[in-house]
Amino acid sequence: MEEGSAGVELTHGADPAGQGPAERSGFVSPNWVTTRLDDLVNWSRANSLWPMAFGTACCAIEFMATAASRFDLARFGMERVAYSPRQADVLICAGRLPFKLAPVIRRIWDQMPQPKWCISMGACASTGGIFDNYAMVQGIDTIVPVDVYVPGCPPRPEGLLYGILMLQKKIKRETIFDPGLRVEQLADRRGMFLEPAAVDELSEPFGNSVHQTRSA
Amino acid sequence: MSDAAIPNPSAATLRARFGASIGASGVVGGDTIVHVVRDRAHEILAWLRDAPGERYDYLVDVTAVEYRDRERPLEVVYQLRSIPRAAMLRVKIDLARDHALVVDSVVDLWQGANWLEREVYDMFGIRFRGHPDLRRILMWETYDEGYPLRKDFPLRGRFSRAEQVRRALAADLSAHYSLDELSIAEAYDALPADMRERLATGREGEEW
Repeated sequence: MEEGSAGVELTHGADPAGQGPAERSGFVSPNWVTTRLDDLVNWSRANSLWPMAFGTACCAIEFMATAASRFDLARFGMERVAYSPRQADVLICAGRLPFKLAPVIRRIWDQMPQPKWCISMGACASTGGIFDNYAMVQGIDTIVPVDVYVPGCPPRPEGLLYGILMLQKKIKRETIFDPGLRVEQLADRRGMFLEPAAVDELSEPFGNSVHQTRSA
Repeated sequence: MSDAAIPNPSAATLRARFGASIGASGVVGGDTIVHVVRDRAHEILAWLRDAPGERYDYLVDVTAVEYRDRERPLEVVYQLRSIPRAAMLRVKIDLARDHALVVDSVVDLWQGANWLEREVYDMFGIRFRGHPDLRRILMWETYDEGYPLRKDFPLRGRFSRAEQVRRALAADLSAHYSLDELSIAEAYDALPADMRERLATGREGEEW
């Protein structure tokens, strides 16, 4: 059995004496299966992820390439790109996110039904990238919880597909009995999704970022 | 670009007509630049648009410049194009730093100046007297950190990242993206007759 797939055991409907109709005809009929509920649920969830594409920049071009025929996102069960958050499972933020769009992506995330996941595609969505300036969110994980970060500027379609496969692996390790797993992490309209100290720490300049001081 | 050093004759014409209201002029990279005083700028631009020999009927861009040298004034830049004469002219207004950053709006001359002047206001804080709708255009309306393209503006903004995120998430989306702004009422006269009728009577379309 392929690693990571649901542990489904096929059992044919033969009587103990081995004289069932299927046995007699030499044909095993998979009339019923036994499996763990987690495996079955995770298997179906992981293999039918519908992405909510939130494309803001050049990463969206690579996302389109990923969805198109050469790389074919549909091979991994992401047949349908949902442009309605109500019918989507995974939010893919492809591109930089300015502060002006922060409440928009937050509302889209809040509109998506559980279970839901988030992929941060590209350097800008993950960290702010080269846009360490007044207008840009320094990583969308200060706005919504992120499951998989895909590095690159922009990532090639293989990169995004690898991130999607990682997300599928992650989903297959989930259990529906984890009480904290599917709880909505709400940011109220006046509040924040993370503590201010955490946001500031995540948004610290790094690499070749400028170290210009603020006046306040 | 073969006549790189030849000034646009409009510069000499302007100087002859408006005299002391015209400041320095010159040719940079083949483009003629004329500085004008602020108080007569609107009159001069109107003349450039309407005078038979000028006819600058297209306003390509309105922008502004702040130089790193703190002594130099801010400049408001109008890039003009005369489509019938196939000529370009750049007009600049110097704004001394010890005066209010206010110039007259040219929306009444070129409708296209509306959003361009809003952008200059948004990025530089220069106000346009007589503008019909002087609001921020790129930054959101509740943005409270100043004018981002000014030299005294810190690149990462004035507030901490946490404060910026908090303010962003607290934004009222329905105010940003209100139906008032995209109101169908403004487009009412341009709608097809049957749609106007449906809107007026509140009736749904035909069953089909």
